[in-house]
Amino acid sequence: MNKLRIGDHIVLLLGVFFMVFPVVLAFITSTHDAVTVYREGLQFGFGDQGLKAYETVLTKAGGFTKEVNGLVMLKNSLILGFGFAIGKIVISMAAAYAIVYFRFPMASLCFWVIFCTLLLPLEVRILPSYEIVQRLGMVNTYAGLIVPLIASATGTFFFRQFFMSVPDELLEAARIDGAGPWKFFIDILVPLSKTMIAAIFIIMFVYGWNQYLWPTLITTDEGFFTLVRGIKQILQVWVGAQIPDYDQAMAMAILAMIPPVLIVVIFQSWFIKGLVESDK
Amino acid sequence: MRPHFPCDGRCAGSAPHICHLHVRGDTMKKVQFNSRWMPYAFLLPQLSIVAIFFLWPAAEAVRSSFYLEDPFGFSSTFVGFDNFTDTLTSSNYARVAQFTAVFTVLVTFFSLALALLLAVKADKVLRAGSTYKTLLMWVYAVAPPVAGLIGILLFDQHVGPLVDFAALFGWKMQIGVNYFDTSFAMVVISVWKQIPVNFIFFLSGLQGISRSVQEAANIDCRSGFRRFWTVTFPLLAPTGFFLLIINVTYAFFDTFGIIDVVLKTEPGNNPVTLVYKVYLDGFRGNDLGGSSAQSVLLMLFVFILTIIQFRLIERRVHYS
Repeated sequence: MNKLRIGDHIVLLLGVFFMVFPVVLAFITSTHDAVTVYREGLQFGFGDQGLKAYETVLTKAGGFTKEVNGLVMLKNSLILGFGFAIGKIVISMAAAYAIVYFRFPMASLCFWVIFCTLLLPLEVRILPSYEIVQRLGMVNTYAGLIVPLIASATGTFFFRQFFMSVPDELLEAARIDGAGPWKFFIDILVPLSKTMIAAIFIIMFVYGWNQYLWPTLITTDEGFFTLVRGIKQILQVWVGAQIPDYDQAMAMAILAMIPPVLIVVIFQSWFIKGLVESDK
Repeated sequence: MRPHFPCDGRCAGSAPHICHLHVRGDTMKKVQFNSRWMPYAFLLPQLSIVAIFFLWPAAEAVRSSFYLEDPFGFSSTFVGFDNFTDTLTSSNYARVAQFTAVFTVLVTFFSLALALLLAVKADKVLRAGSTYKTLLMWVYAVAPPVAGLIGILLFDQHVGPLVDFAALFGWKMQIGVNYFDTSFAMVVISVWKQIPVNFIFFLSGLQGISRSVQEAANIDCRSGFRRFWTVTFPLLAPTGFFLLIINVTYAFFDTFGIIDVVLKTEPGNNPVTLVYKVYLDGFRGNDLGGSSAQSVLLMLFVFILTIIQFRLIERRVHYS
């Protein structure tokens, strides 16, 4: 029995090594001088540069991008993450409430129209979406960055299912007490959905923060770049450079993953519950 | 009475009820509000976003797939199904489709298999179980292009330790130059990025198998290996099918960032997937009609995938 356990631990430790080691190595690289890395290959011990690369990336405009520094990109990433998550939650809760709690003639039509959006990921309709956003003059705006991403109705289905599981007696009791639809929604349903909202918030924040293709197309003005979008810039410099700035590139990679990773790790149990029960 | 589990797995028919999808049997609320305008007010934001940023572009994609537009966008002519026949008969498209298929199979298989192995082990160990869980799942939050960036560092021609490691076996890895090597790097990075999701689902599936079932299986079936294949594995099958769809979708659409970074945005003769080709032809090649036709073909593919998914969900409802 004991022997078996040791075997299990070895497999798990190998798995952990596989998952964690690349990121540790990226972090180590960010503490070395790029020239040292280029001459001697990747290092396995921490370098003498400390967190200097982070300072450069965060505060100096012109490392990779000519006009913005990492702090501006961090701000944009936060706006995208929060804007997307909050927007999605508010809009999809409202829509799910209407579908579940109201009797109206167009209900099933509305449901199926919203359902259709699950069929087509943004990547598939990327070119016409871009053209429409361009025609609406929303290129290089936060709205153009965030709103089209909300079009997929995953959140609506999540809340629909949750509302379905809320016992009918609550509504009956509320109606007897004379509560109207708005009061019922704000005073009863929203507080009841707190954990669900938290779970979906985490998933949506990570999803928004990690967007790459859409921001790449929609933001050509560097003032709107997010951290993840900034990677495209790194690559262009990487290809052209004699000695690529490995340290700064990896500092960017680490910076771009810290906020979503922290949120997922800290609120792990909510996150897992939300993920498993909702599928995005 | 404890449930009986013979080793041949005959009784392993009841699956744990894990509810993954939202649209289960359309039961309605018994009590509902009646209001003429309120439901529409609540639905308005969602519906208008869907109309403007989903229905309109989707319709536009279908429309332009039947037109040939000149490169400057001044005029377009109706060409019927020409864009589709051109796409489907081009040898380049066949090559990309073939690569996408192989890529999808490899990514799906390895990320599912490794995640399942890790989940089974993590479910077994009593000590440090939650630490393992955290360490194995946090990569979920890493963006695909960030994963790609770390990947190209490890596979870098000059400094990459993985290139040095491969050289020990006489394998001269050249990412971005050699077709096979580039595909290899893409698969490894994509698998790395996808393991956490599969791990989370498998682990919660395993933890959903009740203790009494496991104890019964322990008594009836002494060999751990056989017990896994005849009892645990069939019980995990619904989770597995569901994950299969999720992983195929991932390999098709969500790997865009990884591929773009591995290719350093200059594809050349390197392997790309179908979704990447839609982007490439549309934005770099200015071939609006061809790109749209490819979009429509992908729409059909996703549509079929969704139907399969719903068939599975329907079946799952009977389990519960």
